[in-house]
Amino acid sequence: MIEVRNLTKQYGSKTAVKNISFSVNEGEILGFLGPNGAGKSTTMNMLTGYISSTSGIAKINGIDILEDPISAKKCIGYLPEKPPVYGDMTVKEYLNFVYKLKKSKLPRESHLAEICELVKITDVKNRLIRNLSKGYQQRVGFAQALVGNPGVLILDEPTVGLDPKQIIEIRTLIKRLGKHHTVILSSHILPEVQAVCDRIVVISSGSIVANDTTDALARNLSSDHKLVVRSEGNPEEIKKLLSGIQGMERVHINREAEPGVYEFFLEAKQGADIRRDVSKKLSSRNYPILLMKSNELTLEEIFLKLTTGDNYGGLEKYEKALDSKEKESGK
Amino acid sequence: MFAIMKRELLSYFTSPLGYVFIAVFYLFSGIFLFLFTLTSQSADMSYVYTGMFFVMLIMIPILTMRLMAEENKQKTDQLLLTSPVSLPRLVMGKFLSAFAILLICMLIFLVYGIVLSCFASVNWAVILGNIVGMLLLGALCVSAGLFVSTLTENQMIAAVGSIGLNIAFILVDSFASVMPTKFLQEVIYSLSFFSRYNEFTIGIFSLSNIFFFASVAFIFLFLTVRVLEKRRWS
Repeated sequence: MIEVRNLTKQYGSKTAVKNISFSVNEGEILGFLGPNGAGKSTTMNMLTGYISSTSGIAKINGIDILEDPISAKKCIGYLPEKPPVYGDMTVKEYLNFVYKLKKSKLPRESHLAEICELVKITDVKNRLIRNLSKGYQQRVGFAQALVGNPGVLILDEPTVGLDPKQIIEIRTLIKRLGKHHTVILSSHILPEVQAVCDRIVVISSGSIVANDTTDALARNLSSDHKLVVRSEGNPEEIKKLLSGIQGMERVHINREAEPGVYEFFLEAKQGADIRRDVSKKLSSRNYPILLMKSNELTLEEIFLKLTTGDNYGGLEKYEKALDSKEKESGK
Repeated sequence: MFAIMKRELLSYFTSPLGYVFIAVFYLFSGIFLFLFTLTSQSADMSYVYTGMFFVMLIMIPILTMRLMAEENKQKTDQLLLTSPVSLPRLVMGKFLSAFAILLICMLIFLVYGIVLSCFASVNWAVILGNIVGMLLLGALCVSAGLFVSTLTENQMIAAVGSIGLNIAFILVDSFASVMPTKFLQEVIYSLSFFSRYNEFTIGIFSLSNIFFFASVAFIFLFLTVRVLEKRRWS
């Protein structure tokens, strides 16, 4: 459905997107995950033909977006980062305009009414768009992308500016649409992508650092066999004690979290649940457990992990680097 | 193309801009009619048309300033440029919307003609010829204004820029007079908007003048398409 090969975009000497390749199959929801400025929007703008690529190929339904832009654009519904709505039109006028702009052949009245129902803007359809709240404007933008029922939906941060209830509604909607459409959605919120997408492409400073199914990524990135534990006592002794647990592969003293309280990173064999053993071992020597949690990585840590390949203390290293930088600048 | 034109027209009339523009246009044409035709008790409107030359060159940039600049600023160009609409059609839609406003403005001259014809014999061929002439000049100004509007995302810069461009059009004659050689003078003079427009006002309906205005308008529309294209590639 969507095929991207060696896509590159350069702005002058700055490379915004570096040689990325991926493909999305029909009926698949692909999450595009990355921090701000990673090249998500640039990639989406290239896919939709808003900007051209410096090199590489982007194909929608087998049609090259640069060779036959009109036919390719007919298959795409695009919701840019900022919803492209006209403040001086009512929602109804706007959707009628988009309907004509996209030269849709579907029956107008019923098609637009259906879309309004879908994104729940029926009750505001006679209001001027500039008087609507950000959340409603976002939904009008979403409605615009759905006009003409395009096979491919490209959504750039579709839930930004929505309240939690609306976010859940939009996510459900995307999931529903994903059954019949090919969807690419970008986000910098990991749980969102996890909740909605079948597959995730992680992009960092213009390059793809991971491309896997959501389950596989989640399994790799955050798992019960890795724990963070805080306990009070002699760190070396505790380390020795914990290392004796069956299946334990690595014990790492991370830092002194509070006076006398140390934080440990534990890694056991894949699939091993060591929580009970850790608890028993520590209490047998009267070391109190002050904190125990599975080492779920935040998005920042995932990035560090994916970009540095470091399993432990990626964030710590980053913080240390920041600290030393601050000290340097302080001098 | 017509969807874009319709949207722009709607936008002219949801804001005061469309009404104000037409009202001011009617006001100036009325003042000129009163000063040059009614008070001199003649049915000859040629000075009215001459006056309208300057009014149009100064006013039309106000009409065209937001055409693309506002789209660039609000990022709504993302919708237009990712829709299955070719760039020439997009540009034509924008052009036609402002041109349609001008058409409405021109209706007033038909009214003047009818009013005058009650009191004197009126040469309708000259009136219609002048309306065509003003529309051609208008088409040129609209396309030049649209071009400048495409270059920026600030409406004020678009307005000032295209008024400046139009004043340069007016000044072409002055440049011609200071050219050292006869040949250069003639070349520049042949580009003179005013002398070409003036031929309409005195009742000469020449094909070469029509062709001149139409082709300059076309050049600016072409440049507008190229600017949109270029931005995509840069």
